[in-house]
Amino acid sequence: MDQETSMKSAQVKKRRSITKTDVQQFLLRGRAFIALILVTIVFSLLAPQFMTAGNLVIMSKHVAINALLAIGMTFVILTAGIDLSVGSIVGMVAMIAGGMINEGIILPQLGIIIYPHTWMIILLSLILGTLAGALTGYVITRFNVAPFIATLGMYYVARGIAGLRNDGYTFPNLIGRPEYGNTGFEILGAGNFLGVNYSIWLMGIFTLVTYIVTTRLPFGRHVYAIGGNERAAELSGVRVSRTKIIVYSISGFCSALVGLIIASQLVAAHPLIGDAFELNAIAAVVLGGTSLAGGRGGMGGTIIGAFTIGVMNDGMVMLGVSSFWQKVIKGSVIVLAVIIDQVQARMQERIALQKQQEMK
Amino acid sequence: MPDLTPILDAEKPVSEDIILTAENITKVFPGTVALDDVSFNVRKGKVNVLIGENGAGKSTLMKILAGVQPPTSGKILLDGREIHPQSPLEATRLGIGIIYQELNLCANLSVVDNIFLARETTRNGLIVHKFQKQRARELVSKLEQKIDPDELLGDLRLGQQQIVEIAKALAQDVRILIMDEPTSALSAAEVEVLFRIIRELKSRGVAVIYISHKLEELSQIGDYVTILRDGRKVAEDEVKTVNVPWMIEKMVGRNPAALFTRKERQLGDVLLKAENLTLPRSGGGYLLDHISFELREGEVLGFYGLMGAGRSDLVECLTGARPQATGSIWLDGKPVTATTISGRIQSGFVLVPEDRQRDSLVPTLSVMDNMLLASLKKYLRGIFINPAKEKSATDSQIKDLSIRVANSQQPITALSGGNQQKVVVAKGLLTQPKVLLLDEPTRGIDVGAKSEISEIINRLAAQKYGVIFVSSELKEILAMSDRILVMSKGTITGEFTHQEATEEKLVAASAIGHGPSNGGNHRGSGN
Repeated sequence: MDQETSMKSAQVKKRRSITKTDVQQFLLRGRAFIALILVTIVFSLLAPQFMTAGNLVIMSKHVAINALLAIGMTFVILTAGIDLSVGSIVGMVAMIAGGMINEGIILPQLGIIIYPHTWMIILLSLILGTLAGALTGYVITRFNVAPFIATLGMYYVARGIAGLRNDGYTFPNLIGRPEYGNTGFEILGAGNFLGVNYSIWLMGIFTLVTYIVTTRLPFGRHVYAIGGNERAAELSGVRVSRTKIIVYSISGFCSALVGLIIASQLVAAHPLIGDAFELNAIAAVVLGGTSLAGGRGGMGGTIIGAFTIGVMNDGMVMLGVSSFWQKVIKGSVIVLAVIIDQVQARMQERIALQKQQEMK
Repeated sequence: MPDLTPILDAEKPVSEDIILTAENITKVFPGTVALDDVSFNVRKGKVNVLIGENGAGKSTLMKILAGVQPPTSGKILLDGREIHPQSPLEATRLGIGIIYQELNLCANLSVVDNIFLARETTRNGLIVHKFQKQRARELVSKLEQKIDPDELLGDLRLGQQQIVEIAKALAQDVRILIMDEPTSALSAAEVEVLFRIIRELKSRGVAVIYISHKLEELSQIGDYVTILRDGRKVAEDEVKTVNVPWMIEKMVGRNPAALFTRKERQLGDVLLKAENLTLPRSGGGYLLDHISFELREGEVLGFYGLMGAGRSDLVECLTGARPQATGSIWLDGKPVTATTISGRIQSGFVLVPEDRQRDSLVPTLSVMDNMLLASLKKYLRGIFINPAKEKSATDSQIKDLSIRVANSQQPITALSGGNQQKVVVAKGLLTQPKVLLLDEPTRGIDVGAKSEISEIINRLAAQKYGVIFVSSELKEILAMSDRILVMSKGTITGEFTHQEATEEKLVAASAIGHGPSNGGNHRGSGN
């Protein structure tokens, strides 16, 4: 009798609290997404024009810039590295591309100037950014330099080159000349497909591709393994150095793409383009739940993180929040997100325990 | 015949000198119940031995006593008063010290700084280096070791680091000292010294809690033994009334008759030939001094030696982890030209490293992802990893090696040491190697898992794999190997067939090149 009733009460308890823990778990797992929805709701209530289609498109264009950088950054951070050079590579690539359009490639020995086709300029710029990343990766792996230092070096060097290219001046009016066959650069930034800006398409495609790379390709698994335990990965036959060089190359490639997009949107290249972009990218990655210690996290979180930052940025601007307060709020939100992340790990353990004891 | 009837708690007389009691301790982790209603008595001035297979809950119980984790339920009584240590620091203040199985030391600090970490002796807020150094020197010399207190911990070999960990515990005046496998990295001579220290502690009334997998040790040093199995207490008795087979029986819950079995087997052709393997030491001299040997198909070749004899360096050279190494290697009669680890894995070498936590496991990945890490290319469809192929490879290894997991998506850290080691072995096997390099594959795992690993080795040898088996445990290496090479100071100092080898011969050969035991340095510590 006694046993029976206790069993019954246990069953009742089990049914009731499983739904409760399920809700808790759902809230914790989807916390980044929930935060994004909350932020969106808050701003659409406070600023009626926030949810208009026009504003959402503008916001997505802003987000795309940061998201593309954050995607590259996610690879780097998953290997327990960091890339401080992305903003500078954005600026350098923008200046080099702008120079190629306005001035061409000057070969003084031969006394000729080559004006490459726009497609060629885009290709060369992407290669340049990728090589810059590869060089950082090579320095990190070959000479065992800490990623922070190696990318800090590239941060200065690339920014310096951006300034050197035109003595600190802007390359204006990047529309090319029909007689040189280098027109159409502005289409990258302004063009639409099915009414959606190219940069937004690129963000979508990159998200999808890199999501598959991280989850379904051996390369992605190697990235996670290196972040979790580099030595174990190495002894398992993972080519750690090669993987890391590729990871920094990806980050460099993403930076170059962003440099092109921005120069094209502005139809001009300025040596300070991309200043402090690396910090926004890192913020998006961290906000999305990827651990700076490496090995944990992923692309899905990063995109949500980038959108959360984008919504906050644009929302606060629309509300007329002072730019100083914007910084205070943004900084607090980032740290808060990481705190929640840590609390969540402990909560998950507790919830698992609860469940287990209910099962008994 | 050993007495096999279980001993009930109720039959035990309540001893006067019980200093600490853990009552009905239960600890639940995600995925497992680590301790289920366990009670444990610690007697003053005695060595209280706690044994059990890996995953039996010994380390968890100790972490609870040392304040590292709180129990889910149950209480701890110290001198009859209930205590709730919330942190190791608080436990230390209550007089409970612990020496962990995994060394908890900072490699970047000196020996002195490690010994006094978080308990620095200060005057006016500044560390009194002179006093600390003096005290550290006393402690180390009491342990009969020549270790310079100013040396960086990371520069010491593993056995010496273990000694420092012990010195660190001694530096605190503890009433209860927990030792979680203190001898796993010590040489025979160092173990003797440790036992002398333990006896001295006993005479001063310190209660020692001693955890070990080396059951032979226990009859030498233990007074009371408590046995855990699957998180439950199965027996408690005085050590002098029990014997090793009884303990094993209790621990594994079955007859230990054939722990290490070696089947007679037909050896094939020469599979691996190494000539003049040489590895320079960074400070001059050699870690490996022109080593040459052969390995046949289906042969288990044991490598015995003291810590630092060069056995781990040797297997790391074969696996490509030491790019500075020179010498020639032939596999199946063909020279091995690959120099990278991944290249060597492709040629057919695979290493199961000595240090599981540092070199084998990726703690952030699941059981499955860890197991497949070295052979991912085999589970592709096109360029994508195919989940069905992954699953079937994982499941077959889990079944073949009887790895105990709830499911293959579990985090690797939720497994016991023995099962983690089997995952590492499975990772190696999935690369389809020809030569398996097992570096201390049974270190820190329980008797049952050891026996299973030995069965796996037998099976692999029967399948014509060549197995190189590095071990510091004499009984194990004698039982398992077809041939044993003994190393000392980077050279091979003895070679014995299975029939010739005896414990004495191996020990003698392993000491060649070492002068008389350096147990000297008997400066009175003036305790």
